[in-house]
Amino acid sequence: MNVFDIIGPVMIGPSSSHTAGAVRLGRVAWQILEDKPVKAVIELSGSFAQTYKGHGTDKALIAGIMGMDSYDERIRCSLELAREQGLEYEFHEVNIPDAHPNTAHIFLYGESGKTADIQGASVGGGNILVEKINGMDVAYTGQSTTILVRHYDRPGAIAAVTNFMAYSDVNIGNFRLSRQKKGGEAIMTIEIDGAAPEGLTAQLKVLPHVISAIILKVI
Amino acid sequence: MEYLTIQELVETAEKKKMSIGAVILEDQAVQMEQSKEKLLSQMEENFRVMEKAVESGMDPELRSTSGLTGGDAWKMMQYAKKGGITGSFMTKAMARALAVSEYNAAMGKIVAAPTAGSCGIMPGCLVTMMEAHQIPREKIIEGMFTAAGFGIVIAKRASIAGAQGGCQAECGSAAAMTAAALTEIMGGTPKQAADACAMAIKNQLGLVCDPVAGLVEIPCIKRNVGGIMIAFSAADMALAGMESKIPVDEVIDAMKEVGDSMPCAMKETALGGLANTPTAKRMKEQVFGKKEA
Repeated sequence: MNVFDIIGPVMIGPSSSHTAGAVRLGRVAWQILEDKPVKAVIELSGSFAQTYKGHGTDKALIAGIMGMDSYDERIRCSLELAREQGLEYEFHEVNIPDAHPNTAHIFLYGESGKTADIQGASVGGGNILVEKINGMDVAYTGQSTTILVRHYDRPGAIAAVTNFMAYSDVNIGNFRLSRQKKGGEAIMTIEIDGAAPEGLTAQLKVLPHVISAIILKVI
Repeated sequence: MEYLTIQELVETAEKKKMSIGAVILEDQAVQMEQSKEKLLSQMEENFRVMEKAVESGMDPELRSTSGLTGGDAWKMMQYAKKGGITGSFMTKAMARALAVSEYNAAMGKIVAAPTAGSCGIMPGCLVTMMEAHQIPREKIIEGMFTAAGFGIVIAKRASIAGAQGGCQAECGSAAAMTAAALTEIMGGTPKQAADACAMAIKNQLGLVCDPVAGLVEIPCIKRNVGGIMIAFSAADMALAGMESKIPVDEVIDAMKEVGDSMPCAMKETALGGLANTPTAKRMKEQVFGKKEA
């Protein structure tokens, strides 16, 4: 703990879990989409569903989906900005069983047809936990630089990625694999120490069986 | 430094013949592996955000997202210009604390100090000190390091979260940290800063966290006003030479004990206290509609 944990962070009110955390969840969805979002369908569960309007959680999520940071002063008027920029959005109140009380499930559609589907929770103090990406289990917290590699479940796919990272002198702190079904699409969640070297994802993308690779920076 | 006791901060400052603020700055530069200049400029940036929030929150038209609050800071400032019972120093400080807190509820940009719910106390006091007592900016920034150092100890020994310790942990900690800073800014000794911190906490011991509809608005915004009154009075008592009969670290431990024994309904769950009044329940329905999980 340092002095800026006590006098800080600089943030948009009214509460770190309902604004900062929500912006970050939206921002993760935006990063995964890798496209200009044109439509967002957002399901809110638990306390998020009950209270999102009073806390401005809807504005915070949309701001994140538009790529804003949690201290961006435009968060307050993000819904107007979304309409101006041609981003359609809908909010639905749902009940996701066994989910953290502040859970959002975000479906994004991009201009060039890409889609992203993430489920995560705002777990307090502006911290988040992304639990599912495109229906697959992950555990992304934003505490370390994380590389998400979507790939086909084939022999050697993981070895190719981790070998390349070893070759690039990148140390893996945590590794998690999740797949939809045997031989189908799968996702590696790789937490690394320090920052990712430049160009890493571009090089990972050309490896065999890899569909996409993105870096989520520390937030 | 370990930041486990306020006593450690006081003894280190006395030994080095420096203010606690200067000791904290020096220590944090080492711990964060950054230059003192870098840390000073980052703190100055935080102070600038506070000043801007004071200004932006002073708007008669300002309303929170829920529509329940807003516009009171402006009202208070108009009144402060006439002096009021406690004079324009105190009433302007009140208006500024309200401005930052109302701006927070309206999704404005603020500095959590130590939390969003208590974000008006430090700016309310510091901006007013700077104006009324012609305190140089550098002195204010150094005071923020004093405040932060006290805050770290409080966070480690007790808590700064309403959900864990009630409002005493949020507005209480903010007032206590600020009281210590005010004391050093006015030339008080490290021991006096520690006494100011202790006396501020003692005055908010037991304060529950009972936000109406779970929103950071009612009573949070007005409790920031209470916070500045306590911060100023605690600093004044310490500067007058009064001592806390119970040493500050023991006072912080008492705050933890009180927080631990507070029922869950009084710790940010919006199930008890003011949140559980008939009017609060009506307000909740007004904001969120009539569905309940």
